[in-house]
Amino acid sequence: MFRYYLQLALKSLKRNPVLSALMVMAIAIGIGACMTTLTVYSLMAADPIPQKSDRLYAVRLDSWDPNQPWAEPNEPPPELTYRDAMALMRSDIPTAHAAMYKGAFALQPDDKSIPAYLVFARITFKDFFSLFDVPFQYGNGWDSSADTSLSQVVVLGKAANDRLFGGADSVGKTVRLNDKAFKVIGVLADWNPTPKFYDVNNGAFNDAEDIYLPFGVALPLQVRTAGNTNGWKPENIDTIESFLNSELVWIQFWAQLDGSDTESPAEQKARYQSFLDSYVMEQKKLGRFERPLNNRLSDVNQFMSEREVVGEDNRVLVGLSFLFLAVCLINMIGLLLAKFLGRAPELALRRALGASQWQVLQLNLVEVSLIGVIGGLLGLLFAWFGLIAVRALYGDGYGALTSLNGTLAAQALLIAITASILAGLYPALRVGRMAPAGLLKTQ
Amino acid sequence: MLKMHNLNKIYRTDLVETHALRQFHLEVGDGEFVAVTGPSGSGKTTFLNIAGLLETFDDGDYLLDGKSVKGLNDTQLSQLRNEKIGFIFQSFNLIPDLSIWDNVDVPLRYRKFSAAERKERIDNALAKVGLSARAKHLPSQLSGGQQQRVAIARALAGSPRFLLADEPTGNLDSTMARQVMELLEQIHDEGTTIIMVTHDPSLAKRAQRHIQVLDGRVSDLHVVRDTGRHDNEAHRGHSHAVATAAAAVGETA
Repeated sequence: MFRYYLQLALKSLKRNPVLSALMVMAIAIGIGACMTTLTVYSLMAADPIPQKSDRLYAVRLDSWDPNQPWAEPNEPPPELTYRDAMALMRSDIPTAHAAMYKGAFALQPDDKSIPAYLVFARITFKDFFSLFDVPFQYGNGWDSSADTSLSQVVVLGKAANDRLFGGADSVGKTVRLNDKAFKVIGVLADWNPTPKFYDVNNGAFNDAEDIYLPFGVALPLQVRTAGNTNGWKPENIDTIESFLNSELVWIQFWAQLDGSDTESPAEQKARYQSFLDSYVMEQKKLGRFERPLNNRLSDVNQFMSEREVVGEDNRVLVGLSFLFLAVCLINMIGLLLAKFLGRAPELALRRALGASQWQVLQLNLVEVSLIGVIGGLLGLLFAWFGLIAVRALYGDGYGALTSLNGTLAAQALLIAITASILAGLYPALRVGRMAPAGLLKTQ
Repeated sequence: MLKMHNLNKIYRTDLVETHALRQFHLEVGDGEFVAVTGPSGSGKTTFLNIAGLLETFDDGDYLLDGKSVKGLNDTQLSQLRNEKIGFIFQSFNLIPDLSIWDNVDVPLRYRKFSAAERKERIDNALAKVGLSARAKHLPSQLSGGQQQRVAIARALAGSPRFLLADEPTGNLDSTMARQVMELLEQIHDEGTTIIMVTHDPSLAKRAQRHIQVLDGRVSDLHVVRDTGRHDNEAHRGHSHAVATAAAAVGETA
């Protein structure tokens, strides 16, 4: 019967093309608005590393101004000083851990036909790749010796490798960074977590860096941070040493705490928290960390929530867009009522010829579902235009947020069909319950 | 096969109660051709709607094929309507954007016949009314008489036990009305029970039995003719039904 109902629904839509078009547009505009905001919101709020987000912790120490917190009510700064980061790297409690910062280099390809260009680098420790399950296309990351020595090795991101080597296996080849030769030891597969949770302070929706270098090599080469640096204390900083010894915060720090054979994850976390507190207590004796103990281990989702990666305005916008969809649906109810009432004599005839109320309801619901599917598809097109507009408005930094994926497209269709059925239910029930006898004379 | 016993039907609004049928009593046997006449507002359409299970009644009883329809739910009533009753309307009631073939197909769709059986039934029904060649046409491409023949084909396609015709020639000129009437007589001759509401006394005379409805009651009943066309079991049933109905009128008049 479904095929029959579908054929009848198509005929019915063709019978009143203007009315049908109005209903399709009502649902399409509503879905378009909803999907635009929902796409941005869901990608913003998505868990970027669901397989281990509950075991990865952003490490924060409250080294901030004793007179006021980093942010109200009592938030510690999101990053660490160099001294503290290096001290934490000496701990053997976490399963894996890495300090990291964002740097920038002038990259000079061996191929002279490609001009030198600026690349952003993630300068970090070897565990970075295992911490975040970073996939490799060729080669591997570096070993622990490179973390502390002047090994001039580099891991290329996929885009950089595509640009420099046409996507070929470039392991063993050389690239020049700030006029120094670096040997390529690995090339990443496509990897661009959204949000960029490991460094939300430097743009939660920016793309992942182009290249990855060991911490040990960057500082001797005096590669400063290309990300945010924050301070609260007047300090005289004129050399790299004074910068590294300052109270400026600029290093992100992540630890993986997933327990061991002898220790549960909770026990490991408690032990690490205790280690952090002990470290800060030691530092207090040296006149640092004047604020009360406020060291934080926040898992990925807690950290993004605390850092307000998804702002309240985004939530309000999603709410408003759903209200707008509701307004569109109310309009659609009126249009459907007009349509079904116009069709009531035909439905009465079908009742006279043997259709039950339920069969007439099914027929009408197939028609509204069809409107929902067409409206949903058109709404997806509108959403696509909407996302292009968002990208144009906010720039390429929001590129990863402004792409529709299969799941969201399926969600849009589901919302469109559900919304259409909800809108169609009252008109369909009302017309289905009209006594057929009175309508047959009006045919 | 159709037995109405002391049916009452009242239409109520906030201000008015209208007694459409009062103690309505009628029996129609298998194979009968019954004409129902009466002035406007007398209750004959209400009778036809109740007979066709399109309306409910307030009290009394209605037996269709020996089974009471009282208390049946919508699905059961729809199934009975689909399987046992064929409707012919004054204004044909064809669906304008469906082809003739698809119009005849409508009741069969709700019968869950296979595609092959539906095709066979539709082809046979259209052949019976002489419109096989017009199967692909739309209703608007046919004359009024042809449209009514399509409606008859639609009513016949499901092989119903009886046809309910509401002013079947009311919208037709005399030539076309005659053709449609001849078609109904032919269908009746083949054994289908027909109940026809009409205003036209000349058409009523062509039925076997003529019932007049007045003020919601069967007020008069004539055996118009005994054509002698039926010498089968069904016809003997009819004669018995006529006698029963005549007795009933005597009781209620």
